[in-house]
Amino acid sequence: MAHEHLSWPKDLIDLDQFGAEHLLAILDAAESFREVSEREIKKVPTLRGKLVVLFFHENSTRTRLSFEVAAKRLSADTIALSASGSSMSKGETLLDTARNIMAMNPDALVVRHSASGAPQFLGSRLACPVLNAGDGAHAHPTQALLDLMTIRQRLGRLDGLKVAIIGDIAHSRVARSNMIGLRALGARVAVCGPPSMMVGGLEEEYGASVHDRPEPALEGADAIIMLRIQLERQSGQLFPGAREYASVYGLNRARLALAKPGCLLLHPGPVNQGVELTPEVYDCPQSVILEQVTNGVAVRMALLYLLVDNSERKGPARAA
Amino acid sequence: MTSQPLAIKNGRVIDPAQDLDRTCDVLLEDGRVAAVGPGLGLGTEGRQVVDAAGLWVLPGLIDAHVHLREPGHEYKEDLASGLAAAAAGGFTAVLAMPNTSPPVDQAGLVASLLSKAKGLRGARLLQSAAMTRGLRGQELTEYAELREAGAVAVTDDGRWVADSAVMRRVLCYARVCGLAALSHAQEGPLSDGGQIHEGRVSTRLGLRGIPAEAEAVAVYRDLALARLTGAPVHVCHVSSALSLDLVRRFKAGGTRVTCETAPHYLFLTDEDVAGYDTCRKMNPPLRTAADLEALREGIRDGTIDLVATDHAPHSVLEKEVEFMDAAFGVIGLETALPLIHGLMAELSLPPSRLVELMSLRPAGLLGLPLGTLRPGSAADLTLFDPQAAFKYDVGTSLSKSRNSPFQGREMRGRVVRTVVGGRTVFAAGAGDRG
Repeated sequence: MAHEHLSWPKDLIDLDQFGAEHLLAILDAAESFREVSEREIKKVPTLRGKLVVLFFHENSTRTRLSFEVAAKRLSADTIALSASGSSMSKGETLLDTARNIMAMNPDALVVRHSASGAPQFLGSRLACPVLNAGDGAHAHPTQALLDLMTIRQRLGRLDGLKVAIIGDIAHSRVARSNMIGLRALGARVAVCGPPSMMVGGLEEEYGASVHDRPEPALEGADAIIMLRIQLERQSGQLFPGAREYASVYGLNRARLALAKPGCLLLHPGPVNQGVELTPEVYDCPQSVILEQVTNGVAVRMALLYLLVDNSERKGPARAA
Repeated sequence: MTSQPLAIKNGRVIDPAQDLDRTCDVLLEDGRVAAVGPGLGLGTEGRQVVDAAGLWVLPGLIDAHVHLREPGHEYKEDLASGLAAAAAGGFTAVLAMPNTSPPVDQAGLVASLLSKAKGLRGARLLQSAAMTRGLRGQELTEYAELREAGAVAVTDDGRWVADSAVMRRVLCYARVCGLAALSHAQEGPLSDGGQIHEGRVSTRLGLRGIPAEAEAVAVYRDLALARLTGAPVHVCHVSSALSLDLVRRFKAGGTRVTCETAPHYLFLTDEDVAGYDTCRKMNPPLRTAADLEALREGIRDGTIDLVATDHAPHSVLEKEVEFMDAAFGVIGLETALPLIHGLMAELSLPPSRLVELMSLRPAGLLGLPLGTLRPGSAADLTLFDPQAAFKYDVGTSLSKSRNSPFQGREMRGRVVRTVVGGRTVFAAGAGDRG
């Protein structure tokens, strides 16, 4: 495969670890693994005998399921730990959890955590590869990669495209990782959200253009990523109300018409229908939301393969 | 406590209070400075003679902002370890903050801490008391009794007294009782839940920010109340250009305000937190390069009166955790002097400025007759080798905690000996002797 001359880091923390060459190599690998999912026997022996621990400190159905399917299609064994079912709920610290996971001698740890930086914390203390499945408001690199893969598949390229990201930018790890990945591959990013859900430094940090209203962000866009609004934030001061949000920032036919014809519509899910998107937009032909899910498995297979195989080549892991 | 008389020969004595910077001798007797001058060869019989050639002889350093964690959190630090670490850092006196458990808000606790410290080998303990009962920002503590028991300052450090009417009374009472009023100026709601400085780095790391304005809003309120009451206020750990500028303007207008900053704000920025290093998480947070430059300018032009460490020991239980759950604070007693020494060189400032920042002005703030080697003063001094270069290893610290942001940093200048009341309380390489 094309990636064979590249060297890979031990852990996947965020896409800022990679330049364009690595990102494209991941996407290429994911394309070949996608083919596995279309076979009658959807399994390859690549990670046979390997143990992948799925540590989900924060609730997640889709990402966990996607990683689990990915690991199983590579023939790895998986065990899942969740915060509520583990001793974390009995006051065990993250450090203790890390040591206990280490004692099981896993070949990879997939971690989802509500605290930004938790995967880095674990990565620096565990000998095995750590794959970030979303940490706080920091990063969600596999989600961004599956978005990149989906856009490239449909439009044939990323370079030169305009991508709009609309919604709760401040709290979104999806937005951050996407801004990094899209920029690295030559796309322009326009972001927009309610002022209480924006943060400073987006231009300087990510080269994104920032808009108060969705219309200029959507104008001429090749792809739109609508972010999920945490309805539970409505009770705080961040969010006056779902109805108002839908009318000002929600994607409807009129707003979609501002984008290029055939503009793709992405959403990391789960969608609040009627809030971020109107139902007719959700079901429109440009909506690639379910393709994202399929590609998510392929991207995660590629990363497990690249990082576990990588640590294999470097010899047996040692405790940090 | 008796001590053998000391004669410190041929050191470079730097004492801005006497406008002195020359090579000469210092004689110590009965816990006091007996004489300072060249060629004090006579009368050295029966004294322990210390050859200080090539060394700086400084009035003992005073740190106006430390957390010694006693009572309540002795697993992080206690009086014995904190005062020993202070002495190792060249400090002869440190002002302990009252945010212990329970907080130091009663005269009896002040007296018992001071009494316990008297029996310990290390820096002198200076004690501050809570500004308000239980640090709750509502009712004043008993300032006259606290002063009687030996407190020299009041502060609710760690929290800002948000109620302006209460703070107005605090400043008035503190002035009358001869207590310095130290304010931890940071507005609550703007900073609640914040982890690091609000800016590019907080955006990149996905951490909630603490804007510089949360400090500036509070600083302005405190300065306005000092102006209103005519009573002095001291602003602790200034971290931002905006706050510093407010202090500068109010000083120019004649308001009685002093302020401090800490070494970490003069050497590190929010970019240094980019790896989620919890040993660089403190409150107020590390700010931008522009803030760092503004603080350095404040050192140069005198807007910043003093440097204090805000030594805040935490154990691995508070630091080896998720960044958002980690406690705020870093240790600093043993790195402050070499860092500020390096800063003086970088800013082309004379060593007498270092003595002002770290000894004379802190003494003045707390109304203590320290910070000078004038004959008759307490025999508190620091012997410092300005040439010794070393790489800091926090593993050698005498503190109980290891949360230094300067681990592995190259520094220049080492404490050779620390003398308190004529008695050597720290000697480099001397282990536990003394």
